Amino acid sequence: MELNDIIRPENRVYKRPSLLNEAHMHYCPGCSHGVVHKLVAEVIEEMGLQEVAIGVSPVGCAVFAYNYIDIDWLEAAHGRAPAMATATKRLMPDKLVFTYQGDGDLSAIGTAETIHAANRGENITIIFINNAIYGMTGGQMAPTTLLGQKTATCPYGRRADLNGYPLAISNLLAQLDGTCYVTRQTVYSPAAVRKTKAALKKAFQNSMDGKGCSVVEVVSTCNTGWKLTPVKANEWLQENMFAKYPLGDLKNE
Amino acid sequence: MAKINGAVTVNTERCKGCNLCVVACPSGVLDLKKNEVNNRGYHYAYMANPDKCIGCSSCALVCPDACIEVYRVVEK
Ligand SMILES: Cc1ncc(C[n+]2csc(CCOP(=O)(O)OP(=O)(O)O)c2C)c(N)n1
Ligand code: SF4
Ligand code: SF4
Ligand code: SF4
Ligand SMILES: [Mg+2]
Repeated sequence: MELNDIIRPENRVYKRPSLLNEAHMHYCPGCSHGVVHKLVAEVIEEMGLQEVAIGVSPVGCAVFAYNYIDIDWLEAAHGRAPAMATATKRLMPDKLVFTYQGDGDLSAIGTAETIHAANRGENITIIFINNAIYGMTGGQMAPTTLLGQKTATCPYGRRADLNGYPLAISNLLAQLDGTCYVTRQTVYSPAAVRKTKAALKKAFQNSMDGKGCSVVEVVSTCNTGWKLTPVKANEWLQENMFAKYPLGDLKNE
Repeated sequence: MAKINGAVTVNTERCKGCNLCVVACPSGVLDLKKNEVNNRGYHYAYMANPDKCIGCSSCALVCPDACIEVYRVVEK
C-alpha cells in the first residue's frame, strides 16, 4: 500500500490530544514531564472534563504547565499546591481539581501541605513527578535522591551518614486514612505509558466521585540533571529507581 | 493472512530529536535525520523504513512532545 493511502483521517489510530496546544514545551528533549502532560491532556479530553478541570502547577520544571494544556490553572508558591487545591475544591466541589508537583516541591518544601491535604481526605488528585532530583534549579539533591546517586550537591554520591535516606513519600501517603488511591507508575515504555494513563483516569474519577485524595506518582527521568542522554536515562531509571520506588498500587479502595 | 500497513507523521518542528521513539519502535522504522535539523537545531525523527511500520503507536506513546500521529490499515 502507498503511504498516501494509509495516511488518511479515517485510518488514524493515534492522535495528538487537542487540549495540548501548539505552544512549544520548554522541557529538555526526552523529559518525562512532556509524556505526563500529554497523558493529562488525553485523559481530561476523553473524560469530557475540560470545562471543569482546574490544575495547580508547582514551582519546579513544570511551573509553566498552564501554558500547554488548555484548561483552567492556578500557579502555587513552592510546595503549596495541595493547599491551593484544597481551597479550590472546597469552594467549587463540582470541579476536577488536581496538583502537578515534582519531588522537590512535594516531598521537601511542601511535605506538610501534601501530608495534611492527603490526611484530610481532600477530594483532589495529586500527580507526583519523582525524578529523584531538583531539575529546575540545576540538579541538586532532593529527599528522593537515591543512595550513591550523584547530584550537584552530593557530587560523590548521596551518603546515608551525611544526607540521610531517600524518602518514598507515597508509601507514607498510602498509610493515611484520607487517601483512597495511591499508585506508583512510570512512563519509560509504551506499556508503562498506557498504565499511567489508566491510573490518571481512575484518580480523576475518584476526585469527581468525592472518594478522597488520590496520588499518582510517576517515577520519571531528568536526563539533564542526571547528565545522561534521554535513552540512557530511561535505562538508568529501570536499573536504579525501581528498587527503592517499586511500581504498582500502594492503595486502591 | 491479513496484512497490516502502518504509517506515522512527525511534526518535525516540534520534534526535539530525543531518540525515544526510535528505540521504542519494535520494527526499526524510525531514525533521526543525520544531516538535517529543524528550526530549533534538532535532528528530527522520520520514517527511515516506512514499509516496516505496523501502526502499533509505541513511538507516539513515548514521545514527550506529542509529535507523532499514527495511521493503520488492515488489508483482509
Ligand atoms: C520558596 C522557594 N524556595 C526555593 C526555590 C528554588 N526552587 C525552584 S524549583 C526547586 C526544586 C524543583 O525540584 P522538583 O520539585 O523536584 O521539580 P523538577 O524541576 O525536578 O520537576 C527549588 C528548590 C523557590 N523557587 N522558591
Ligand atoms: S531539567 Fe530535568 S526535569 Fe527539568 S525539563 Fe530538563 S530533563 Fe526535565
Ligand atoms: S507505529 Fe509502531 S511500527 Fe510504526 S513507527 Fe511507530 S513504533 Fe514503529
Ligand atoms: S520521541 Fe518525539 S521528540 Fe523525541 S525524537 Fe521522536 S518524535 Fe522527536
Ligand atoms: Mg524533581
